[in-house]
Order: sequence, then C-alpha cells, then structure tokens
Amino acid sequence: MDLFVAIFAGTVIAATPLIFAALGELVVEKSGVLNLGVEGMMLMGAAFAFWAVIAGLPMPVAILAGGLAGAAASLLFGVLALTFLTNQYAAGLALAIFGSGVSAFLGRNFGSAPIDALKRIQVPVLSDIPVIGPMVFRFDPMVYFAIACFLVITWFLYRTKAGLILRTVGESPETAHAIGFPVIRIRYLAVLFGGLMAGLGGAYLSVAYTPLWVENMTAGKGWIALALVVFATWRPLRVLLGAWLFGGMTILQLQGQALGIAVPSELLSALPYLATIAVLVIISQNRQMLAQHFPASLAKPFRPAS
Amino acid sequence: MIPRLELRNICKSYPGVVANDDISLSIMPGEIHAVLGENGAGKSTLMKIIYGAAQADSGEIYCDGRLIAAHDPASSRALGIEMVYQHFALFESVTVVENIALSLPGRFDLDALAAQITDLSQRYGMPIDPRRRVHDLSVGERQRVEIVRCLLRSPKLLILDEPTSVLTPQAVVKLFETLRQLAAEGCSIVYISHKLDEVQELCDSATVLRNGRVTGTAKPKQTTSLELARMMVGSQLPEMHVSPAMPGETPVLEVRGLTAAPRDRYGVALEGVSFAVHGGEIVGLAGISGNGQAELVALLSGERTHADPDAIRIGGKPSAHLGAGQRRRLGMAFVPEERLGRGAVPPHALWQNAVLTGHRTGIVRNGLVDRGKAAAFAKGVIDRFKVKANGPQASAQSLSGGNLQKFIVGREIALAPKLFLVSQPTWGVDVGAAAFIRQTLVDLSRAGAAVLVVSEELDELFEICDRLLVICQGKVSPPLIRRQTNREEVGLLMTNRASGTKGKDLALQD
Repeated sequence: MDLFVAIFAGTVIAATPLIFAALGELVVEKSGVLNLGVEGMMLMGAAFAFWAVIAGLPMPVAILAGGLAGAAASLLFGVLALTFLTNQYAAGLALAIFGSGVSAFLGRNFGSAPIDALKRIQVPVLSDIPVIGPMVFRFDPMVYFAIACFLVITWFLYRTKAGLILRTVGESPETAHAIGFPVIRIRYLAVLFGGLMAGLGGAYLSVAYTPLWVENMTAGKGWIALALVVFATWRPLRVLLGAWLFGGMTILQLQGQALGIAVPSELLSALPYLATIAVLVIISQNRQMLAQHFPASLAKPFRPAS
Repeated sequence: MIPRLELRNICKSYPGVVANDDISLSIMPGEIHAVLGENGAGKSTLMKIIYGAAQADSGEIYCDGRLIAAHDPASSRALGIEMVYQHFALFESVTVVENIALSLPGRFDLDALAAQITDLSQRYGMPIDPRRRVHDLSVGERQRVEIVRCLLRSPKLLILDEPTSVLTPQAVVKLFETLRQLAAEGCSIVYISHKLDEVQELCDSATVLRNGRVTGTAKPKQTTSLELARMMVGSQLPEMHVSPAMPGETPVLEVRGLTAAPRDRYGVALEGVSFAVHGGEIVGLAGISGNGQAELVALLSGERTHADPDAIRIGGKPSAHLGAGQRRRLGMAFVPEERLGRGAVPPHALWQNAVLTGHRTGIVRNGLVDRGKAAAFAKGVIDRFKVKANGPQASAQSLSGGNLQKFIVGREIALAPKLFLVSQPTWGVDVGAAAFIRQTLVDLSRAGAAVLVVSEELDELFEICDRLLVICQGKVSPPLIRRQTNREEVGLLMTNRASGTKGKDLALQD
C-alpha cells in the first residue's frame, strides 16, 4: 500500500511541469499558432526561477520570475511569427534552441549545490487521513495550482465568449477578422500565456521537482508537452490525463530501475516517452473528434486584409 | 410612400474595370426586389456598396428617405440592413448558437439565445437545432443559420446574394416561403440572382444589370423569361441541339447490386443500386441532396473502392476494387461537384491543373513534366471551350465559377473519355456558361461516349438526358425514358419514400 501511495504521489508531482507547459501550448494552438519552442521556454523558466532563488528572492517571486522569463521568450516568437509572419515552425525551433543556449549560459554560475525545494503544504487534519492524506493533501502549492489552471482553462475555452473567440480565431482567422475581432492581438495574448505557462512548468522543475541546476534539465519535456497537445486532440482533459500517464510511467521506470529489473536503464528511461505517445496515438484515431477540436488554421500565418 | 432604400447614380471602378456605372434603383418597404445579371455584371459589388462593405466612387444612398453619408457594415446593421453572403461566414467547429452569439452584442447567454433561435427558426418555417455543430450541417442548413442570424436583429432590409445556388429544390421552396412571410411583415428584400425562373416566382420587381450598367427594369411576373434573358445576356441565348440518342449495344458503365455503408454519421447507405449507361447516351441521376449521391459518386469515381469487383464494370471489366487512377486508365473521366479543392487546386496555374488529369496524354515523360506541352494542352482547352482566362499561367482561383467549370469539363473532355461522370455540372455557373456546358455534354455523348450526370436541377436533366434515374434514401429507381416521363413522376420518386417514416428527419435536414 505504501508503494502504491508513493507511486501515486510521485506521478502527480512528475506530471505537474507537463501540465503547465502542455495546457499553455494548448491555448496557443487553439488560437491557430504553433509554437514549437516550449522546450526553450521551459528552460528559460527553470534557469530564471533558480537564479532568483539563489539570489535570495522569496519562492513565489522566483516562480513568477520563471513564468515571466517564459513569457518574455514567447514574445520573441510572437514578434517573429505574428508581426513579421515568419514561418512558425522555423521560429519555434529557433526559440527552442535559443532558450536552451541562454539557460545553459546563465547556469554556468549556478554551481551544483541543491537549493531548498518549494515547501509542501500539510493541510491540517486532512493530511493525516491514512492513504488519502498523503495521496491528496500533502503536495506543494504548485501541484494544486496546476489543477486549478486546468479547470480554469477548460471553463474559459468552452464556457466564455472570450474562449469561443479564441477558438474561432484558431479555426478561421479570416472569418474572425471579418466579424471584427482583433486576430493578431488575440494571438499575441495566447502566445504570451503559453510562454508564461511553459515558464512556470520549467520553474517547477528547477525549484520543486529536482531542486538543483542541471544543464538541459527539461530533458525533452517540452517536446512531450507538444506531443501531448496533438495526441490529446486539443482537449484539456486528455492533456491532463496524458500528463499523468507520462508522470506515472516516469515513476514506474524509476521504481523498476531501483528494483534492478534486468533491462538497460536507458531503455527504461525511454519508456514514459514511448508509452505516452503510443497510448495517445491510439486514442487520437477518431476523425470526427479531430474535426471538432483541431484548430483548422494551425501554423498558417495570417495577415489581415487592409 | 418613402422608399426603404434608394440608390442614385452609383458608380464604382476597380483598376481596369468599371464594376458599377450610374446605377439607380429604389425599393419599397415589404418589396422583394431582384437584382438580376450574369456573373461579373456587377451585382455583388452593388450589394457590397449597399451594405457598406465597399464604398461607391460617386452617387448617393438613401435609407428611409435619409442620406447615408459615411457607411460601413456596422452602420448598415444599425440602420437595419443585413446581408446573407453567398459564401457563409460560419465557424465549422463550433455550434450554431455559438456562431450566432459571436456576432451579437450583449450578454453571453447561450441557453437564452438557443431558445430564441429555436423559436424564430420555427416561426419562419426553417427549423435548425441550435446545439448542432456547423460542420455537421448541410449547406441548406448553414444558410438557415445565416438567415436566422440576420433575422434575430429584426432587419428592415435583407440582402441575399445568390441564396439558392447551394440549395435543393425543396429547400428553395421553403426559403421562398420564409422570404414571402418576411416581406409580408414589412421587411424589404434584395434578391441577387441569375436564375430567371426563381426571380419570376418570387420577386415583385427586378433591376437587370449587364457589364455594370442597368439594362432594364421589369415586373418579373409580367415579363417573359426570354425578355429578361435578353436584358441579361444582351443577345439571343444559344439554343440547345439535342439530337436523338444512338445508344451502343453493350453498356460502358454497369452497376450491379451495389451496396455500401454511409460515408459518415450523416451519410446515407446505398442499397442494391443497379443501372447501366451505354455509349452514345446521357443518363441523369436526379434526387434531393443527401440521399446517397455523395456515396454513389465516390464509389463510381474510384475515390472509394468496393470489395466486390463485379459491383461496378467499366467497359465490361470488373472495376469496383480499382482506384481512381486505374479507372481513368480504362477511359473514365470525372468532374466532381467541388470545383475548387477537388476539381482544381485553387492557387495553381491552369497548366498545372491540366497536368493533374492530363498527365497520360504525353505531358509527363520519364517522370518529368514537359511544361511546353502542358501549357499547350491547357491553351487548347481554353481555346476550344471558350474559357475567359489570362492564358495557361492564370491561377485556377482567379477564374469565375463558370469559366473554371468550363476549363475543368474541357480538360476532362480533352482526354477523349469513353465514360464521362459529372456531378452538378452547372452549380453556381451563369446562364451562358451553363448552356455551353450542357451542349458540350450532349455533343460528347453523341460522339459515342457514355455520360452520367448527377444533378439536383431537374430542368437541366430534362433538357439533356435520354434516360433518368432517381435516387432516394440510398435506393436508385429503375430508369425512366425522358420522353415518357414528367416532372411530377420524377418529383414523386424523389420524395415518396421520404414522406414515410423518415419524413421528419428530412424536413430537418433540408
């Protein structure tokens, strides 16, 4: 039972950075923009949050700094892709490489010492309930914040007029423009939000999940976040479940390595990536669903007719 | 009485063309006024000027006796002027009610709006389900959404741009009922069309345009179609020459007991479809849209294949399992109903579009495209079929609907097919081009080819076909000889099964 509780709790924590990054990218893609630079923005967020902590800033400020670093990085992409109508694939890839470089440069002075991780909350009374307590009520605040983000984003996309406008901008910017919506401004806001969320995800990695600095510490999580959005057929709930699946596989393979299963650890490390992609590929086969949720003008540049 | 809308001496030029030249007209409250003209006559420009989407170079617009000075779509709507475009401005992935909510000011209350939509759409006899997603709707239903969107704002003047070019005959009847009801309530309607019969049936008055000028005004109900056509086209319409058919002995296309599942959730299953088309004759397939035509055409063209090779035979050869390319190799040619996107690649030049199906005529050698030959092939089609285009280098999307259709039909005929399959040959095509295309089909069949025409326009089928088939709920009727049948019989076959159990569904769909 203890093992199960440990795996469950580990899963939720391992999924948290992915939830932030993938939900952010979901909003970006729903507006019809493809920002491939998630990995770079996460690394920027991780580096700046870590920097803020060793500079002595309080934890919430450090995490916010990580988010803002991600947003700043995404602004770079926004200017290229939305104002200058650069190819979005190229601009996104450039951002991924740029973020990885900048974060590595900053990290040269971080040293290898761990920092004090983000404190966990011990919800009074509730956290003492056997089994349920450690599974639900003993996480750090960012875990709960990620789930709150999921709820708010789902509500925003499907229950508010602003969310509806965002989705229609992603389907047909021409029609949205004709009705009179400021397509470019809406897309900028979506891109900035995506950057903020990716930055928060990165910050979580460096100050909560593994509170020490390692170059390229995201280890491809930005790319997994991108894949999650696509294979989750652009639906928030599936993004959340996909992130948990990935988190669960990560913890399982760690347990497997700890138990000394006779499989090379490199292969075990690849397992979460493979399993997540495989499951999502299988559930994304429904074309009817795709037609409903796919932002039809994804990655197509839009210039409003004068 | 003060006219609802009055135009005085409207002029509008674009670089190289005078779209509107000194146009004046006036429309009374509750009047249904037709603006009649061929494609390119300046109708759409005029409507944009009325709606404020384009500005006139000179001239004045009065609404209820007041001069409209500065003008844009928002101020038009404030005045009670609404427009239903030919190409709908709807988002496919969201629901009807969400689409409508986006263009309405005020509170975002989908439930209240949905109730209002249901209410209004029922009052005007065009039921729509506000919770359905637009991509699941037929074109007719989409148009209803657009009209309901306008009606929700209680317009004083409603502009409809070619509203029936995408509708089935039944949907047209319903639309006309709605429009008459609206007019009776005092709303003025501007009805843009090039279809004479519709204008005569619906409209109180008409202004006819040709080359941007008014060439006449008329009371359509008291004017013969010939007179209206002369004002529109400026010369006598070409007469059709349909000589008697000389069908060959063995069928070129044979369909035997073809049964197939629907294409998607809103498709129709085909049940035991059997018919034959011989060389030298034109067979028409009539039916209300959404009765299995899409499935049948996909199976005949080879876009969809069938497990039983014998279900479809082309030139006696079992072909149902063959793909589109292999069927073309057997001498079949195909013109799909979607010109842009299926029949042609919109941004590509005509010579490139010619290569798409003309590559078997020696244009491609050793995997390389001979550009000179491709251009010559396209040029040949342009000349022979009188396509108005800026040469083989013109992009497909730069052509008008009628000219692109002539090019696509011409491209396929240039392949000298033994079997010619064409779907909706004259949808959204102007009168002159439509007559030309129909004559081309007749000539092709009289030269020995087997021609199958799928169309929702009964007039067209009665004009050119030798035999008629009727498709209803996925079943195809036995063939009717055109000279021995009439519209009533065909109309009955088109709807008789529909009046039974599935009648209600059908009413909702069209």
